[in-house]
Amino acid sequence: MSRPSTGATSLAHAAPLFAALGDQTRLALVDRLCAGGPQSITRLTNGAAVTRQAITKHLGILADAGLVHATPRGRERIWEIDTDRLAEAHHYLDQISRQWDQALERLRLFVEAEEISP
Amino acid sequence: MSTDRIEKSIVLQAPRSRVWRAIAGAAEFGAWFGVTLEGDFAPGARLTAQLTSPGYEHVTMEITTERVEPEHLLSYRWHPYAIEPGVDYANEPTTLVEFHLAEVPEGTRLTVIESGFDHIPPVRRALAFRMNDQGWAEQLTNIARYVSS
Repeated sequence: MSRPSTGATSLAHAAPLFAALGDQTRLALVDRLCAGGPQSITRLTNGAAVTRQAITKHLGILADAGLVHATPRGRERIWEIDTDRLAEAHHYLDQISRQWDQALERLRLFVEAEEISP
Repeated sequence: MSTDRIEKSIVLQAPRSRVWRAIAGAAEFGAWFGVTLEGDFAPGARLTAQLTSPGYEHVTMEITTERVEPEHLLSYRWHPYAIEPGVDYANEPTTLVEFHLAEVPEGTRLTVIESGFDHIPPVRRALAFRMNDQGWAEQLTNIARYVSS
């Protein structure tokens, strides 16, 4: 599968998202929230190399980028990933779809080249 | 738009026998798809595909053949977009890829259907989204570091 190309427009659009993700701790937080579902700071801090305070700060940055949000539950706040699942699924399919387009064009060159110039 | 399947159709100016060889022959498949295939397409047979695209040479994929009906249908299962290093995809759901061949006046109509995406875990989709273009992602990470320092 070859690498899909990305236009300048979508790049500019995605820049704030990647700025928020441009940090190991925040990337790890997103992964934990993706894999583990909604959870409290206590659970997110479990096994993390950084303090609860740092985690709170990073979650704030992710929230500003629209990647996560929190809902109060009792005395705690529950954090969860804030992505449009359906949009994400479509985007994912678009990527794979583009890869098929490219692969089939390569197949066309491959089988038609021989026919035209044997 | 369905979130479960992708369907592509293309008319190739080549006889059906030629198109079939290009798809069902492991070496020829590898040449246009961009992989080095080990093994042969036969019902139930497993093949290993190593990507040849620059930057993705570390990626190998397992392909399990389902149906082989000469000059009509080849189908197999694999893990879509399984390019993340260090992840064992073996226990995750696969998608089904079907190549349907039909004779048309201009040559051969090839229809490719990949289905089963609805069963792919959301976390994989999210990662694929992020890994859209690693070079691009890396550049943005650099910019992010620059602007946040």
